Amino acid sequence: MVTIDARGVYYMHLNKRIRQVLQDGAHELVLKNVNGQRYIADAIRGRYRLTIEGIPGNDLAAFMDGPEVVVKGNAQDAVANTMNGGTIIIHGDAGDTLGYAMRGGEVFIRGNVGYRVGIHMKEYQAQVPLIVVGGKTGDFLGEYMAGGIIVVLGAPDAVDPVGNYCGTGMHAGVMYIRGEVANYKLGREVQKSTPSDEELEFLATICARYETYFGQQDYEAKNATFTKLSPQGSRPYGNLYTHT
Amino acid sequence: MGFSKKAKFKVERDRDRCIDCGVCVRQCANEVHYLDEETKEVKCNATACVNCQRCVELCPTGALAISVAPQQYTNSDSWSVDHMRAIQIQAESGGILLTGMGSDRVMPSYFDRMMLNASQVTNPSIDPLREPMELRTFLGRKPPKLELNAHGEPQNVPPQLEIEVPIMFSAMSFGSISLNAITSLATAATEENTFYNTGEGGLHKDLFKYGKNTITQVASGRFGVNIDYLQAGAAIEIKIGQGAKPGIGGHLPGEKVGADVAQTRMIPLGSDAISPAPHHDIYSIEDLAQLIYSLKEATEYMKPISVKIAAVHNVAAIASGIARAGADIIAIDGYRGGTGATPLRTRDHVGLPIELALAAVDTRLREEGIRQEISLVVGGGIRHSADVVKAIALGADAVYIGTAALIALGCHVCQKCYTGKCNWGIATQTPTLVKRLNPEVGARRAANLLRAWKHEIKEMLGGMGINALESLRGNRLMLRGVGMTDSELRILGIKAAGE
Repeated sequence: MVTIDARGVYYMHLNKRIRQVLQDGAHELVLKNVNGQRYIADAIRGRYRLTIEGIPGNDLAAFMDGPEVVVKGNAQDAVANTMNGGTIIIHGDAGDTLGYAMRGGEVFIRGNVGYRVGIHMKEYQAQVPLIVVGGKTGDFLGEYMAGGIIVVLGAPDAVDPVGNYCGTGMHAGVMYIRGEVANYKLGREVQKSTPSDEELEFLATICARYETYFGQQDYEAKNATFTKLSPQGSRPYGNLYTHT
Repeated sequence: MGFSKKAKFKVERDRDRCIDCGVCVRQCANEVHYLDEETKEVKCNATACVNCQRCVELCPTGALAISVAPQQYTNSDSWSVDHMRAIQIQAESGGILLTGMGSDRVMPSYFDRMMLNASQVTNPSIDPLREPMELRTFLGRKPPKLELNAHGEPQNVPPQLEIEVPIMFSAMSFGSISLNAITSLATAATEENTFYNTGEGGLHKDLFKYGKNTITQVASGRFGVNIDYLQAGAAIEIKIGQGAKPGIGGHLPGEKVGADVAQTRMIPLGSDAISPAPHHDIYSIEDLAQLIYSLKEATEYMKPISVKIAAVHNVAAIASGIARAGADIIAIDGYRGGTGATPLRTRDHVGLPIELALAAVDTRLREEGIRQEISLVVGGGIRHSADVVKAIALGADAVYIGTAALIALGCHVCQKCYTGKCNWGIATQTPTLVKRLNPEVGARRAANLLRAWKHEIKEMLGGMGINALESLRGNRLMLRGVGMTDSELRILGIKAAGE
């Protein structure tokens, strides 16, 4: 295990150092005193484990493919931007556009997330990205969603778990929201339904993993009710155009 | 009422020449020609004709001709056939009018109203057949001053793209055009030491080998973007906008998303590939800087990052912001730029002519003293080598060509790319149609075009008494305007002809 003290280190130098240390053979890396440095674990590929103590800056794990990143604090905007694989566990809140165009891997957030989370997530065959939010989300959750899974646990009370314009332009993928989602909060392309038994089992495993990462919840997963959000069709704009 | 079913084109078959061989029947994906089983004669249904000229070119006896159908309504300058037909179609469907290629509207071409200079008596012209002529161009951020090491080698130079001809093939995605079309361009770019651009549709597995002549594109949909993709090319282009559809996104219809396109874009088979209008993580110059540096970090600062925008009203200020955001190259696309699919009204009414946008941007970057920090590539309306020379004299480092490259491959600009039924095997994913474009033939034709233009550029340069393209760059004294207003001359930064 290698420890790097990031206090006062410019992001360019910090990231260069991280790449160097991993290239030299380290598999576990602890970054201490991280304070807003951007692009940590950007385009890193392989089976590494990075623990970040502090608050990483924007674009954490952009394009990342494989590592496990644990953030012992809050994260800022654009976590997991276009991420391809790996796991991110955030012991706090996260900012806007988390998981933009994410195409694989998983992100678990203990607390709340900002706006435009999971925008344009997509999936291809076995690569199905997953975002699990312990708390609540801002507006535009899953906008243009083209694949993958978003789970919102809505802690503490599951009242108003998501913001407005949820799933606008959604054309693939699925969202599971604990509690009720008012119709006015949904994009026109989204439909509500009740998860199947199989889906509830899947959600129970998600809740169990959440507890493994972040500790006991104040609600019983098996008693929780979820709203399933899915697209009405895979061609939301198929009838928009006419040929000249 | 079916107004829109009226034929736009007239298909004329010379019965004296036609031998009813059926070539036209087999060649037309729009099913215009058919064999009448009763009379055993080949006949046609002109309403389906798009005027792609495939049957005309391939008819072995020269029996076919296609012309624009004659005026059908009472003449009116206000209400042309096109305007009325558009209303009729929309009254029937309620849809947005879709079209392909660049704008076909009659608008002034500033390239056509600029004349180039040549040497006479007082300084000699140079004969490029006998004397060396330098077209080599480096694209990328230039250092404020050149530092040399002990061996005289330049130090701390940011990454550059080196091209032997100032012409690159502009972004056209796999999905919008066929793999054979892209392979043709990739091969030609490799042979002539320039670049082709993947567009936003990812990189097909068969194209990775052209990496050193590839610019990969990252757009709002992020299709096919992963580490391999970012590392595959020599540069990365962030696509913000496109001249044929400034301000809007793109939808590749599910019909065009077959197995290969799905795999390359990493999306499910048959789903719409939707590129939202903005990048949802870019709402400011600061956000753009974030993506630029995210890509630089991802490629360890080894590749130049380009940012492509459509030419719009405040293009000069926007370009300044892009330069300051850390981009190495700005690509500006004029309103005549082509596309596989665009709303007709947006294509024809949004944006700026590239000549004015280019001049405005070059002037602004010079005034701000940051012109050397960024390379300028322009596209959207480059039709021949003289347009290239004029663009460079106005301040461009290089140009992008899209439509011209496709015409070299066989395109007849029928503007129906969005139907997926391109009879020339270019804007289609139908295997029987794709097969019509032999990538070896396509590569040869595209490479020939580059070589021909290269010779012509050298001739014109030599004529001006210039032996290096570098000496023409931004050299607006080599241009004079004909029939322009004072404001147009001022914006272009050129004198009127005769001055």
